[in-house]
Amino acid sequence: MENTNNGAPLIQVRNLKKAFGELNVLDGVSIDIKKGERVVVIGPSGSGKSTFLRCLNCLESATGGEIIFQGTNLLDPKVNINLHRQHMGMVFQQFNLFNNKSVIENIMLAPMTIYGKKAKQEGKSKKEFEAECRENAISLLRRIGLEDKADVYPSTLSGGQKQRVAIARALAMNPEVMLFDEPTSALDPEMVGEVLELMKELAQEGMTMVVVTHEMGFAREVADRVLFMCDGVIAEEAEPEKFFTSPENPRLRQFLQSIL
Amino acid sequence: MFFENLWKRFARAFIEQNRWQMYLEGLGNTLLIALIATVIGTTIGVIFAMTKYINRKTGKLKILSKIADVYITIIRGTPVVLQLMILYFIVFSGWDNGIMIGAITFGINSGAYVAEIARAGFESVDDGQMEAGRSLGMSTAQTMWHIIIPQAVRNCLPPLFNEFITLVKETAIVGYVGIMDLGKIPGLIQSRTFDYLFPLLIAAILYLAVVMVLTKILHILEKRFSKTDRDRGGVKNGKHK
Repeated sequence: MENTNNGAPLIQVRNLKKAFGELNVLDGVSIDIKKGERVVVIGPSGSGKSTFLRCLNCLESATGGEIIFQGTNLLDPKVNINLHRQHMGMVFQQFNLFNNKSVIENIMLAPMTIYGKKAKQEGKSKKEFEAECRENAISLLRRIGLEDKADVYPSTLSGGQKQRVAIARALAMNPEVMLFDEPTSALDPEMVGEVLELMKELAQEGMTMVVVTHEMGFAREVADRVLFMCDGVIAEEAEPEKFFTSPENPRLRQFLQSIL
Repeated sequence: MFFENLWKRFARAFIEQNRWQMYLEGLGNTLLIALIATVIGTTIGVIFAMTKYINRKTGKLKILSKIADVYITIIRGTPVVLQLMILYFIVFSGWDNGIMIGAITFGINSGAYVAEIARAGFESVDDGQMEAGRSLGMSTAQTMWHIIIPQAVRNCLPPLFNEFITLVKETAIVGYVGIMDLGKIPGLIQSRTFDYLFPLLIAAILYLAVVMVLTKILHILEKRFSKTDRDRGGVKNGKHK
């Protein structure tokens, strides 16, 4: 894949460590993620792959190392993490749509809350700005094929629909990178396809993506690079072709055998 | 005649010398104490509940959260009548506004219970809701305001309203230090008529009436607030497309 960026990686992770008490969940993870790159992370449960992803936007506070995102070390306590999270979309296994908000409000809330003040300074009335956010939300809903669900509440949606709305909600902030934490693991099998399809579309549009998943087909098809995490480290890192056909790490070989 | 006799007793307890005014005055004081106490209690309770919730979620507000713990432990661990006496005879000994002292006592007392009720309300909101809000770049405060608090309020309304109703009746304890609330009136009237029957009955009926009206109002409020998406047919404002 071609990377159009000036060469500097979008995210640089250096020797990232995370310990829960005595347990080292991440034991020195280092990786560069370039703009436009699709990185898929796989590994057995308890390998630290979800923790790694959650550390990237500081939902888990790492205990050591560096995460340099757009030139800023996110682990510096002086950094206002909210500003950086605005450029990192996150999609959760359990969707986590806001239960007290309708579908369209779910999508509009963050842009309205975060950019409301700025819009006011630019001389936009609250109404104008809301209309703008609504328009943007509707076009996102149209894109995920759920325009007719704009005014319903999340509890009435199917799992697949929820996850598509959750992706749209993250996209509403125009993120530089999207983090997916096992986005299809909580879905009924027949709904996995619609979510993966949307993710593939995003990939085709050049979105930078870091995806923790068990969907090997997706990894093979979409990833530029596949990482195998095991015992808190990246045990293998390769292009999907090489990763799946000629894995070097014995643990990876064993893992692939057990799931394929 | 038996009934004639009863009527006389009732008249003595309620009508003669405009004694009914005493009940009304007592009732007014009771309601005033309960109302002020509710406002104070809810304010304290919600602030401390939020403090403890934010402390547990983010590790911030450590000292305030400790203060909340100590406050809740002490208030819930001692009888309210002693709390009343401490405030009335010691802390505010120079202040002759008994009603305010009573209201403050019950406000402080109720705050501890409201704090626990509200904390349970906050805890009942799924952790993922806060994470989702934060992951979008909203601050803790913004997420609390738009997402967590509305859901927490919905979840804790029934026990909260229970607390308000209990509070109305509990305030009868203020009679202990001579504050003229509704619970104190029967004794006053009995001391002049030497008849307890109707004064007690009337006071009880008035309490009951207040509680029944309050229950009705709170029930309506609860219905309105706690409407979930499903009650609305899953559609915002009931609009069907």
